[in-house]
Amino acid sequence: MKLYTFASPATFYHLAGKLIPWFAWSAGLLTLWGLYISFFLAPTDFQQSEAYRIIFIHVPAAWMSMFIYLVMAFWGAIGLAFNTRLSFMMARALAPTGAMFTFVALWTGALWGKPMWGAWWVWDARLTSELILLFLYVGIIALWAAIDDVKRGDRAGSLLTLIGAINVPIIYFSVIWWNTLHQGASISVTKAPSMAAIMLQGMLVMAVAAWFYTIAVALVRVRRIILERERHTEWAKAILEGDQ
Amino acid sequence: MKSRHKKLLVILLGLSGLGIATALILNAFQSNLVFFYSPSEVAEGKAPLDRAFRIGGLVEDGSVQRDADGLTVRFVVTDTAKSMPVVYKGILPDLFKEGKGVVAEGKMGADGLFNSSQVLAKHDENYMPPEAAHALEQAAKAQQTLAQ
Amino acid sequence: MEWASWSEFWDMAGYGLYVWGSFGVTALCVLIEVILLKRAGTDTLRRLKRMQQWEEQ
Repeated sequence: MKLYTFASPATFYHLAGKLIPWFAWSAGLLTLWGLYISFFLAPTDFQQSEAYRIIFIHVPAAWMSMFIYLVMAFWGAIGLAFNTRLSFMMARALAPTGAMFTFVALWTGALWGKPMWGAWWVWDARLTSELILLFLYVGIIALWAAIDDVKRGDRAGSLLTLIGAINVPIIYFSVIWWNTLHQGASISVTKAPSMAAIMLQGMLVMAVAAWFYTIAVALVRVRRIILERERHTEWAKAILEGDQ
Repeated sequence: MKSRHKKLLVILLGLSGLGIATALILNAFQSNLVFFYSPSEVAEGKAPLDRAFRIGGLVEDGSVQRDADGLTVRFVVTDTAKSMPVVYKGILPDLFKEGKGVVAEGKMGADGLFNSSQVLAKHDENYMPPEAAHALEQAAKAQQTLAQ
Repeated sequence: MEWASWSEFWDMAGYGLYVWGSFGVTALCVLIEVILLKRAGTDTLRRLKRMQQWEEQ
């Protein structure tokens, strides 16, 4: 069996079906573990008292919002360059979850900003660029919904995704490039994390849980898209007939 | 056919609404790239003195004073090089503290007093339990006495 | 253990509204996504089966 056989929608459909329960269960268990750390093992914070616990959702959600977008842009670029059908389907399957995480990052940020900063929202570079990310997600999803022709929709949506990808480094580096109300990153590759170890652990567990959740949900979605687009093939017909 | 047109119209309206919103946000983005000015920048004349702007820095130690009305607060914002007196009437955020970061929005008075309409706390990216913070503080103090 | 009692746990040192508002809405978002996904899945399957039956006739 060669690697590229996985790129055939039929093989991938079955493979994804086998993987989904593993990712879903891992996501669930990791979430429970992460929540346990977040609320029962992680100590209170010296500045922000218990309000800081919002970080255990806020940061993983913000990471996912940017990361999912980059993965979408990657699949879009592959699809545009090599005209591979499956990559466009992957991009479409990821978008709603990316939008969801962007909303969660903004929502939890507002609930964190009000008691700590003294404002639900400010128009600083970090917050504004994250809001633009939400608009990009919504715009891309709307564009896909608006164009009935599948191929044309794939290309238009992926093109918009690629153009918007410039926003991701802007979000990430905004706190360094410009002065913002939002603080800098607690974790980066260039310096030691400025967080107590157990707090960091809780955040990372929640981040991995969000990852697995995203993979599970995206796989469910991509299977549906595959079946829809391949319904005239023999294997898809067999599935539709066998599964009465 | 009719419902198809309707759907297309709704989507077009939605997309153009989204486009307008994005343009407005980009405008806000551009005008807020400098979210606040430091007291040094204000002293250099970089801040727009004719309209409202934000200043940012640390609340100077020992500078916070409350007026008799219990609402008006006076404090000094410093970037260690230059400092600016600020007056503000209202509720302060929980993290407002001497020696900590602050961003105040308002207008510069003729007397050099910054009349603030909103005070925001700017905190750093450090998270640790109180005991650890206390230990760090003690260590810093010990180092200071050693240096003296 | 961080908490002396459950009421202290729910209070979150006075930030309960913000902390639980964050975790609650996130849980709700995940729940809604999963429900919509399930429903879209069964809808699509039903529609595709119907189309196939119709095309075979």
